[in-house]
Amino acid sequence: MIVCICIIAGFTLAAIFAPLLAPHNPTLVNLSVPDHGSSAQYLLGTDSEGRDLLSRVIYGARTSMLGPLFVIIIATGAGLAIALTSAWIGGPVDAGVASGLDVLFSFPGLLLAVGAVAVFGKGLAAPVVALGIAYTPYIARVIRGAAIRERRLPYVEALTVQGLSGPRIVRRHITPNLRALIVAQATLSFAYATIDLAAISYLGLGVQPPSADWGLMVAQGQPAILAGHPTEALYPGLALVMLTVAVTFLGRRVIPVTESVL
Amino acid sequence: MARSVSISAARFAARVVVTLLVSSFLVFAALYLSPGSPLAVLTSGHTVSPAGLHALEVQYHLNEPFVQRYWSWVTAALHGDFGESIVSQASVSSLLGPRVLTTLTLVLYAGFVIVVLGVLTGVVAAVRGGSFDVTTTAFTTVGVATPSFVVAIVLITVFAVELRWFPVLGGGTGVADRLWHLTLPAIALAVSGLAYVSQTTRTAVREELGSEHVETAISRGVPRRTVIRRHVVRNAAIPITTVAGLSIASLIAGVAVVETAFGIDGLGSYLIQAVQNKDFAVVQAISLILVTVFIITNAIVDVVHLMLDPRLRVPARR
Repeated sequence: MIVCICIIAGFTLAAIFAPLLAPHNPTLVNLSVPDHGSSAQYLLGTDSEGRDLLSRVIYGARTSMLGPLFVIIIATGAGLAIALTSAWIGGPVDAGVASGLDVLFSFPGLLLAVGAVAVFGKGLAAPVVALGIAYTPYIARVIRGAAIRERRLPYVEALTVQGLSGPRIVRRHITPNLRALIVAQATLSFAYATIDLAAISYLGLGVQPPSADWGLMVAQGQPAILAGHPTEALYPGLALVMLTVAVTFLGRRVIPVTESVL
Repeated sequence: MARSVSISAARFAARVVVTLLVSSFLVFAALYLSPGSPLAVLTSGHTVSPAGLHALEVQYHLNEPFVQRYWSWVTAALHGDFGESIVSQASVSSLLGPRVLTTLTLVLYAGFVIVVLGVLTGVVAAVRGGSFDVTTTAFTTVGVATPSFVVAIVLITVFAVELRWFPVLGGGTGVADRLWHLTLPAIALAVSGLAYVSQTTRTAVREELGSEHVETAISRGVPRRTVIRRHVVRNAAIPITTVAGLSIASLIAGVAVVETAFGIDGLGSYLIQAVQNKDFAVVQAISLILVTVFIITNAIVDVVHLMLDPRLRVPARR
């Protein structure tokens, strides 16, 4: 548990303080030192164009973590709004929203992101928005189910009788009770968003060279594997796995931990 | 009872059809989402002669009202006519044909691995416990969170380059050669689904093993084998098939990544190429196919779920 937090904190700090932490310029090509192994100057070695791998992995944390962050901001924001409103209003509106969510489920996130790139062009913007939309129903469905159950509890009726308006009850009372669930869902979605966005960059549709992004680095390092230099692709891959496993582990522990604390 | 079953069946079928219609409409309408005219989107990055422009107008029925355009497109697609590729001037269906078999083989191969290995490891982990359980849990925790392309490069590094057991690229020719070429890709595709199924199986079987009705059966002297088969497996099958079905459905998105990683010429990698080449007709065609298969697979999972769990068949009283 503590290990996970350390890993995530480590990557976050790397992303924020990259210019201070990275020993070399991540995009500086130096063809005189291609594919070196670890050395004192290049702690993780260099890639096939002589760029320092450690610096690239540190800088890569930026796009690899910022993208998923925006995805969950969109998905959690939209999902919460839809789920809470629908659960409160109830009736045919709620049923309609549920059906609408069902339709949105039929688009796997990755395909929606690829389609968005086809229409709007490469880069991080289109896939991030598309994934935000694709993940919204997953969050909305869980929150909606919990919100509906909350709404039936006696305290809600008591508050209504006291004259509190619907939106106020939802905001001040129901939502805080769902906080652990929301955080857990957002955390798990962050992990999936990381994987999907890295895949988009790997496919060449997301972050473009010469930027350092873990998914992109894996793709660029793949030819080097055949030449016997797997590190260029494996180090960013390792970073991805470490981050995603840590986030997933944390996400699954949020609810049990908050329940034991409360 | 029979009447309520047929009503819910009809309602279910209606929902699937509506989902198919809405999704196909969204795939179709994507062309009109971007700023600029549809012709501009279709021809961006290509030089097209005036005759070519006119052909595009005809192909996409740009002179007809919007809804009719959608209908023409969908009905043509149902007949296998997806129009022409702007890159190669060939009919899209002829370009897709050979690739469908490759992708289908890959998906079925991966699905097989997911279900067989996932359930096996989950059951053994739950029943045996001990070090096997610990190791499996460690592997599945990592497996669930690992992107398929990272698995792909690890597999390539270890098994293809270092050990030389498997070829590095390509789809192979002939049945046996194909299966050999597709083994590493199938594993890469299957890893996260396998991890999920394994975890769910382990949890479900463990719960069943500890449940009262199983304890009762054992205390009554029913042989352990029979208990496992009749009680544990039957009840555990419900969440397991749901997760297995969902994992297989998500393979459909994953093929794009894995096929690209292994240089396999299938629908997935072709989709990515078409996006890179701005070959919109191909992008729409493959998207439609993949989304339709995804919806139908999910619908099948729902049906199996209903069949396995009698509790779901009776509609809840209001």
